[in-house]
Amino acid sequence: MIVLDVIIAGLLTGGIYALLAAGFSLQYGVSRVLNVSHGEFIMLGAMASYSLYIPFGINPLVSLAIVGPIFFIIGSLINKILFERIRRLAGSMEVFEGWSILVSFGLLFIIQNIALLAWGADERGYTFLAIPINLLGAIFPANRLVALLLAVVIGLSFFFFLVHTRLGKAIRAAAQEETGAQLIGINIHWMHGLCFGFGALLAGLAGVLISTMFTFSPFMGLPYTIIAIIVVVLGGLGNIIGSLVGGLILGLISSIVLHIEPGLELAVLYMLFMLMLLVRPKGIFGK
Amino acid sequence: MHIIRANQKRFFQLLFLIFILIILVIIPGYVPVYYVSLLLSIFKYTVLTVSWATFCGPTGYISLASAAFLGTGMYVTALIGEKVPLPLVVLFGGLASFLLALLVGLASLRIRGIFFAIFTLGLSEGLRHFINWWEISRVGRQGRWVISAPNTTIFYTMLIILVMTVLASYLIRRSKFGLALRGIGEEEEAANHIGINVNAVKAITFAVTSFWIGATGAIIVTQWSYVDTATAFDVSYSFTPTLMALFGGIGQIYGWVLGSVVFTIITELLLIFPYYYMLIFGSIIISVFLFFPSGLVGVVQKWWKGGLVE
Repeated sequence: MIVLDVIIAGLLTGGIYALLAAGFSLQYGVSRVLNVSHGEFIMLGAMASYSLYIPFGINPLVSLAIVGPIFFIIGSLINKILFERIRRLAGSMEVFEGWSILVSFGLLFIIQNIALLAWGADERGYTFLAIPINLLGAIFPANRLVALLLAVVIGLSFFFFLVHTRLGKAIRAAAQEETGAQLIGINIHWMHGLCFGFGALLAGLAGVLISTMFTFSPFMGLPYTIIAIIVVVLGGLGNIIGSLVGGLILGLISSIVLHIEPGLELAVLYMLFMLMLLVRPKGIFGK
Repeated sequence: MHIIRANQKRFFQLLFLIFILIILVIIPGYVPVYYVSLLLSIFKYTVLTVSWATFCGPTGYISLASAAFLGTGMYVTALIGEKVPLPLVVLFGGLASFLLALLVGLASLRIRGIFFAIFTLGLSEGLRHFINWWEISRVGRQGRWVISAPNTTIFYTMLIILVMTVLASYLIRRSKFGLALRGIGEEEEAANHIGINVNAVKAITFAVTSFWIGATGAIIVTQWSYVDTATAFDVSYSFTPTLMALFGGIGQIYGWVLGSVVFTIITELLLIFPYYYMLIFGSIIISVFLFFPSGLVGVVQKWWKGGLVE
């Protein structure tokens, strides 16, 4: 059952991709920050989970509840202290978007250095729920299934939050048309902080989930950021729901490529990404 | 009266430039090796920055592909360095980058704004992964040995490339091309409408400026004797030119040069703190935007004007 094997592995990867891309998409879609340091928050999430698990024995599933709120606060603070100010200095939205890439590149260096000082440069990891589980003939460690399940739960609850609550609707309105949203009484500055915080929260949660399956180091961030960028372009830049679906699709594709030609999966993702930008820059779900 | 004064000013500027050039030509014989390599580093970043800004400054497009062009140049040397004399290697390094940029330019310059930035970032990272996969699975190795050239050869080649880059940038800005680029930056539709072949202008300028980056990569790699994809396509090379140009002041060539010289020296000085290097570097990047949004040139001009008023 190789086909099933590949599909399940793809969904497992895709669930994580969807989570980290949704956070990235939220930060760009509403706060207009193309956050190159997004992967750094994932790394911090993984490191935090490690530091809670190894000395204190706190279950990573519990860490999710600890990491989430803290990362939300950190994210909104960074927006308040840094990006709010730069948004004012930049003047126009286009200039700010350009600057935000470079400012978050600076942030990437700072966060990476702090993690290096706190945890050192070693590759780390811990074993959590490494029980083999037979799923329709394919064998997977239990931690992957738990991570997938949680990614789906987090992704779905986030989806319902966006679609069905007043706050979620306000976020989508702000992503679609900032001036229009302000006209109907949405406080846009508040939205910026909220969405940057949510982005950091989702990255932190993705980091905790990743830490239960893979090894991690202070340098792991950038590749995850790039994957988030690719997924977000596939789903449509600023289209938060599109990035949830795009994540699953890319997970499947990379799993298929991994099966045919190992080592080429990232390069194929890039080619797809560039092709996408050339042919359909609005993404597969763009109108 | 004004014309005479303007001519005098230009004459003194030219004299000043020639003076600096003469100093740069004779300096390697008189200073310790450390300073020669510092100068090489400054040359490298100045070429990257001036090339980047010649295209991206007036048009407002943010290219994050400098690493792709630099890395291409380096791999050209790694591939043909032993078979061909050095000047030809440098030429081919530049040409490879030129062709790559032309290809990318023709395909992608219809993409605007933030899409162009992420497209070019994807290009350099994608190229890195592709070459890495190719080398490991098809050739069976991770990095390559490269020929090494004597330090003075590298120094003078880089000096020539630097002078050519600045000269090319100056000529492009003065020519019809420069005007067309500025028109594209202000209103692309309008530029197209008044008969500027927008895509051709963009693709050619992008390719010409990338030529110098490739040539730089081809010669600079001979310093290291070994190269792999992680060092050749280091993503920092894509971001630093952008930062240096903004740091100096995006509007003028001397702003770009000033930015790269000062920024390179600062980063070099930071190596005294190996454990906090990235922390300080990141803080400097952010401070540039918080405190010098108009660049060093803007700060100097403000100070100069303020002084005159009082």
